[in-house]
Amino acid sequence: MTAATTDLPRAEAPRAVTLWRRFARNRAALLGLFLFGLVVLMALTAGLVEPVDPLRRAGDPLTRPFTDWAVPLGTDQLGRDILAGLFHGARISLLVGVLATLLSIGIGVLVGALSGFFGGWVDDVLMRVTEAFQTIPNFVLLLSLVAILGSSIEYITLAIAIVSWTAPARMVRAEFMSLRHREFVDAARNLGVSNASLIFREILPNALPPVIVYASVIMALSILLESALAFLGLGDPNFASWGNMIGQGRSVLRTDWYCAAIPGIAILLTVLSFSLLGEGLNDALNPRQKKT
Amino acid sequence: MTGPVLDIRGLRIALPKGADRPFALAGLDLSVNAGEIVCLVGESGSGKSLTAGAIMRLLPEPHVHVAGGAILFEGRDLLALPEREMKAIRGDRIAQIFQEPMTALNPQKTVGWQIDEVLRLHTRMDRKARRARVLEMLDLVHIPDPTSVHGAYPHQISGGQRQRVMIAMSLCLSPRLVIADEPTTALDVTTQLQILKLIRELQQKEDAGILFITHDFGVVAEIADRVVVLSQGEMVEHGPAAEVLNAPQHPYTRALITAIPALIPPKPRNFQGAPVVLRAQGLTKTFAPRGGLLGGKRRTVKAVDNLSFDLHRGETLGVVGESGSGKTTVSRIVTRLLEADTGAVEVNGKDLLACSPRELREMRRHIQMVFQDPMASLNPRKRVQDIIAQGPIVHGTDPATARARARDLLELVELSPAAATRFPHEFSGGQRQRIGIARALAMEPKVIVADEPVSALDVSVQAQVLKLLADLRDRLHLSLLFVTHDLRVAAQLCDRVIVMQKGEIVESGVTADLFADPRHPYTQQLLASIPGRGWTPPDLKTDAA
Repeated sequence: MTAATTDLPRAEAPRAVTLWRRFARNRAALLGLFLFGLVVLMALTAGLVEPVDPLRRAGDPLTRPFTDWAVPLGTDQLGRDILAGLFHGARISLLVGVLATLLSIGIGVLVGALSGFFGGWVDDVLMRVTEAFQTIPNFVLLLSLVAILGSSIEYITLAIAIVSWTAPARMVRAEFMSLRHREFVDAARNLGVSNASLIFREILPNALPPVIVYASVIMALSILLESALAFLGLGDPNFASWGNMIGQGRSVLRTDWYCAAIPGIAILLTVLSFSLLGEGLNDALNPRQKKT
Repeated sequence: MTGPVLDIRGLRIALPKGADRPFALAGLDLSVNAGEIVCLVGESGSGKSLTAGAIMRLLPEPHVHVAGGAILFEGRDLLALPEREMKAIRGDRIAQIFQEPMTALNPQKTVGWQIDEVLRLHTRMDRKARRARVLEMLDLVHIPDPTSVHGAYPHQISGGQRQRVMIAMSLCLSPRLVIADEPTTALDVTTQLQILKLIRELQQKEDAGILFITHDFGVVAEIADRVVVLSQGEMVEHGPAAEVLNAPQHPYTRALITAIPALIPPKPRNFQGAPVVLRAQGLTKTFAPRGGLLGGKRRTVKAVDNLSFDLHRGETLGVVGESGSGKTTVSRIVTRLLEADTGAVEVNGKDLLACSPRELREMRRHIQMVFQDPMASLNPRKRVQDIIAQGPIVHGTDPATARARARDLLELVELSPAAATRFPHEFSGGQRQRIGIARALAMEPKVIVADEPVSALDVSVQAQVLKLLADLRDRLHLSLLFVTHDLRVAAQLCDRVIVMQKGEIVESGVTADLFADPRHPYTQQLLASIPGRGWTPPDLKTDAA
């Protein structure tokens, strides 16, 4: 045998390094990463800014921002420190965002994988259920779920997951349907690999990249949904969430707009950071999509 | 007209930074005269298709661009023409025939409309004249019923007919130059021969120059007047066809020609006494398309009809046929990747088709498969050692032992053990196919089913992989069920051959006998259609690479 057939190509850089290089090529994605880091930092240091309780009275009600350095961003109509609320709110928003996303992606992957892998009646049944969820407007379903379950933070997270699993389910199903007929799946089946391993070890890793990208969208949406609930007064009143702050600031919007505007800006930047991150992840994970 | 239609001088095409070489094409000189067929031959990645792109000025610029040289078409340098004039030349004076007629035709428009469009854009003919010309062209390319094909959509006609339509479309303006980029690669052998004949015939009638791009020396022998051989962007040899084919000078050309499987079957070996390891009986499979809620009844297709065969220990049985003959279905039924309607597959004395799912997983170790597409058959997210060790681990081998054995297997298929920790995309096609073979061997099977294992590979790599398979078969006493469309490949490796047509066996027998004296008309037709069958590659064994 000639040497040519046994010659190996030059070793490639480790996968993580190539992924980072592709991600970092997108400037906007780096900005997204920076903003996201900032929010995480806020959530982590919330205890330093306000060690006792963000809902306690910290100064005179409706102090304007930058007038009293004990409460730099001012206070709301009950005299609560807006800066402290912002930091503690970051915790709630991230918590709800991460948990709801994990839950909804989990449900979505399971339903989509079973549906796409087995096809036939399994697919029919699961997809009819998915469609049933999709036909009801998201927010209406969310409101009814919260009305039924009650508005503690756990149930709100669960309800958000329940309204947002359908899109990832459809996505995973489509990926599975195209991947299950690939030869490498047949090859693994031919080795005697069980169905569960085929689904989770062979196909799923290949189907995940678009789902991971979409997770950033769900994360942003869950934060928005939680804020929207709180704005309508259906949020968990025991926590200082950004939505709660906007909801309460609404009543003094005409005289003291900053009570609603400051947490509003926080939500805007957080959601923006997820959207930019998602774009960067897409560049990193699906490099071929953009080239043409 | 004097002088060549096309004259390429010192053409260089630059590749983007970071590619495996700076120039896709480094100094190509080539000329095509009127009424001449020039074959541009090379393996994948040799730069032959980019040449076509450069002539048509359809390179994916600015990444890939012409870095030097001149392309003279009827004396004018195409590279210096403004885009507007180039547009007029494209399609009108220079036409192109593509490899895959299905993707080159618009599925939403009728065949007639698409040919008509060419005339509408480039001529001032009125509607009636155009229709007459379209029908005339369809007749010229020997389409049986031009009027009905005129109104048909591309999916309603066969692959061979689609390629005829493409040829009609490219010739309807009587171009001076036709660039045919692997026009017969996607077709069956019998259709390929017809299309090659057609191209020859039309070219003589129209007196156009043809630049024929191919990787197949059989096709070259069939059609070429002159040959240009490309290797890695370098022109290594050129000259009249007979000279290049029968007395190649450059070592690369010699290596390519030596790699072509000769049509001489191996000496028959006797397997009468050997035990039967795989016995298929009465296999039948019908595909009934699942109708939707509103879909009417559709035709059911009998893919395999009452098929039986025996495979002895150490033997290689070839299953040969054209697309749609059911040969791939056979390979999937035998490995039970596809459920048969009726029949039995006895492996090791046990019916594989009657096994429960648990028994089946256990039985799979005896019968393994090598797949067609080395790109798709390896999980892109797994390291090579995990791919090879997966089977044994599933069947209870300790992972560390299985991985150690995977390295030994890599050596067995002539890959460096350093490959073990790499991912599949880092390898070339031939190397990947070796990994696929190692994966099958890891299970220590009795039977290996190989479904077109070399059809996606270049001819020189093909020869190496075939040699490896034959070598392993003899060393490990394996039995092979070898599915292929390529009779040359079958001739080289198979002890016995089954010829299939429309799901049935039309003829079977010892390879040497069957090739020397085919009985069934279909087998005779198949053998007569092998490209370049009249040409025996010269014996160059002395200094083969």
